[in-house]
Amino acid sequence: MKIAVLVKQVPDTETKIVINANKNGIDESNIKYIVSPYDEYAIEEAIKIGGETTVISMGPDRCIESIRTALAMGIQKAIHIDTQGKSYDSYQTAAALAKVIKDGGFDLVLTGKQGIDYDNGQVTQMAAELSGASQVMVIDKLTINGDKAKVERRIAGGSKEVYESGFPLFLGCEKGLNTPRYASLPGIMKAKSKPIEKKSADELLGGATALVEFTNFELPPERAAGKRIEGEPPQQAAQLVKLLREEAKVI
Amino acid sequence: MPNYDLTPEQMLLKNTVRDFAEKEIKPVRLELDRKEEFSYELTGKMFDLGLFGVTCSPEYGGQGMDYLSYIIVVEELARIDGCQAATVAAGNSLGIGPLYYFGSKEQKEKYLPPLCSEKKLWGFGLTEPNAGSDAGNSKTNAILKDGQWIINGSKIFITNSANEMSAGVTVQAITDTKDNGKKEISCIIAEQSCKGLTAKAMKNKMTWRSSNTAELYFDDVTVPEGNLLGKRGDGFKQMLQTLDSGRLAIAAMGLGGAQGAFEEALKYSKERIAFGKPISSFQINAFKLVDCATEIEAARSLLYRACWLKDQGRAFSKEAAMSKVYCSEVFYRVANHCVQLHGGYGLMEEYPAAKYYRDQKLLDIGEGTSEIQRLVIARYLDCF
Ligand SMILES: Cc1cc2nc3c(=O)[nH]c(=O)nc-3n(C[C@H](O)[C@H](O)[C@H](O)COP(=O)(O)OP(=O)(O)OC[C@H]3O[C@@H](n4cnc5c(N)ncnc54)[C@H](O)[C@@H]3O)c2cc1C
Repeated sequence: MKIAVLVKQVPDTETKIVINANKNGIDESNIKYIVSPYDEYAIEEAIKIGGETTVISMGPDRCIESIRTALAMGIQKAIHIDTQGKSYDSYQTAAALAKVIKDGGFDLVLTGKQGIDYDNGQVTQMAAELSGASQVMVIDKLTINGDKAKVERRIAGGSKEVYESGFPLFLGCEKGLNTPRYASLPGIMKAKSKPIEKKSADELLGGATALVEFTNFELPPERAAGKRIEGEPPQQAAQLVKLLREEAKVI
Repeated sequence: MPNYDLTPEQMLLKNTVRDFAEKEIKPVRLELDRKEEFSYELTGKMFDLGLFGVTCSPEYGGQGMDYLSYIIVVEELARIDGCQAATVAAGNSLGIGPLYYFGSKEQKEKYLPPLCSEKKLWGFGLTEPNAGSDAGNSKTNAILKDGQWIINGSKIFITNSANEMSAGVTVQAITDTKDNGKKEISCIIAEQSCKGLTAKAMKNKMTWRSSNTAELYFDDVTVPEGNLLGKRGDGFKQMLQTLDSGRLAIAAMGLGGAQGAFEEALKYSKERIAFGKPISSFQINAFKLVDCATEIEAARSLLYRACWLKDQGRAFSKEAAMSKVYCSEVFYRVANHCVQLHGGYGLMEEYPAAKYYRDQKLLDIGEGTSEIQRLVIARYLDCF
């Protein structure tokens, strides 16, 4: 089976976000980047299934670091779609990825359920659609039996949905699917000689540009200090209702 | 201009060990310390990660990385827990090191793979109850008789040597006394299972409590003549060479510990409110934090450069001694500030500040005390 894992490099969850001077993005100068945490479940699952595994990442040069992490964990080879200083939106990213995936003839494509930077959660579905493949999102169990995959996803109320699908298939992975391994030292050394193929996003997209443009970024307002309501429970309840109606205007 | 960037492999390694230490060691470090318990589980996981045999050739099960990579491993472990860092540092520098550098091909093929990847630990038996800094004055002896070494004596404070993973020890012993009274010192390999070898775990330590420390007794311990490590009479030289490299790892524990204690101090100082303000906003405290951050940067530069010298195959003994004494003493000042900034809570074992403070002290003593490091450096300055 040919498996592709789509990996996005994102700012570390502990990053203090600073908006850039033009207010159309974040200041990237002091950011530590990591593999988007949900993508780690996808990497782990691919390694567990085995076969021919490829990690694909689209982004600037720095995302080679994330590619190396996937290779050090045990993925066999890599494709880096270089954005060469351009920004793309979810749609163009999905379009470029779909092209590479179709050309590569992958049976199974594993991704995180969403990138933890913009939290759009769109690329997997769009790329699946553009490559004419089936897709199931937010899965936490996968069993492969010959030419069929059985996947499970949790839904509201504690129940689960069970899907069966043929290939090609795109799966968006959720926490609980597995426990991602650490990149071991021998793995890190082996990764040094694993091939990283380079492709140009601009060429793959025939010069197409992003359809979505960021016009303004703002940090969320600082939370105002809370209000303590004193007194006996009946008075507290009355006071609370009054504040919810008159100040917060939510009822 | 020098290049201060880590290689991509060193970056990956730093991230992976940091991640491991945060997720696997941090949640249990204080409890292991309180119970004075050596953790087989964590040690096993550190083997799985490949933290033993970092610089040893893959031919013998090692990772074949450079020395700086090894130092980064120790630094990142010590940032969270000096004890786990000790298990790994002693395993690499003192257990694997002498066998790898001075052993014959057969000895390496026999002893190294278990120590690199089969979860076995090896001790380095230099110190004796009456010979520490003055290691040349040790009394343990080995007599060659009918093609076998018969070892008698005792060793003390031997890391990794009294637990279920301990597979053996490299013993420094007197193998002859010359007519002029000069002792011939050699290193001999003794497996843990040897008859007459008794290992006793030392308890009630104030420092490195979840690292395993042993007293070893040799009572007519008999090993084949082929268990001699390297050349007869080279023992003292081998031990000194081992300590030269080992010092870099002790320095890494100072640096990592200082980094960890500093991060705790900074976080707490920003959260703790006194007189209506975070205590970090009082200039006297801010300046303490500034001094910590600055000294840690200086310590890292000194240590990494010493490793660079070693990796280039140049002389590094002076810089190793400087790194050891400086990084240990930076950690001393940082741990002290860390406890002070925590106020009363700094004295409570529920907070990691106290453990950093206690674990620091070993670094002024182990693998050559700070006084001995200064002696080494003074010799390079031709002071005497
Ligand atoms: C937890 C732990 C783990 C250890 N692990 C190992 C191990 O794995 N293998 C091993 O062989 N050893 C190990 N050691 C031993 C350690 O290396 C010795 O404790 C150390 O070398 C000091 O020796 P000592 O304790 O005999 O002190 P001493 O040598 O008696 O020193 C006492 C004091 O006198 C000072 N002093 C001594 N000589 C001089 C001098 N010439 N000038 C100025 N001051 C001097 C010292 O600096 C020190 O302050 C370990 C120790 C500990 C505590």
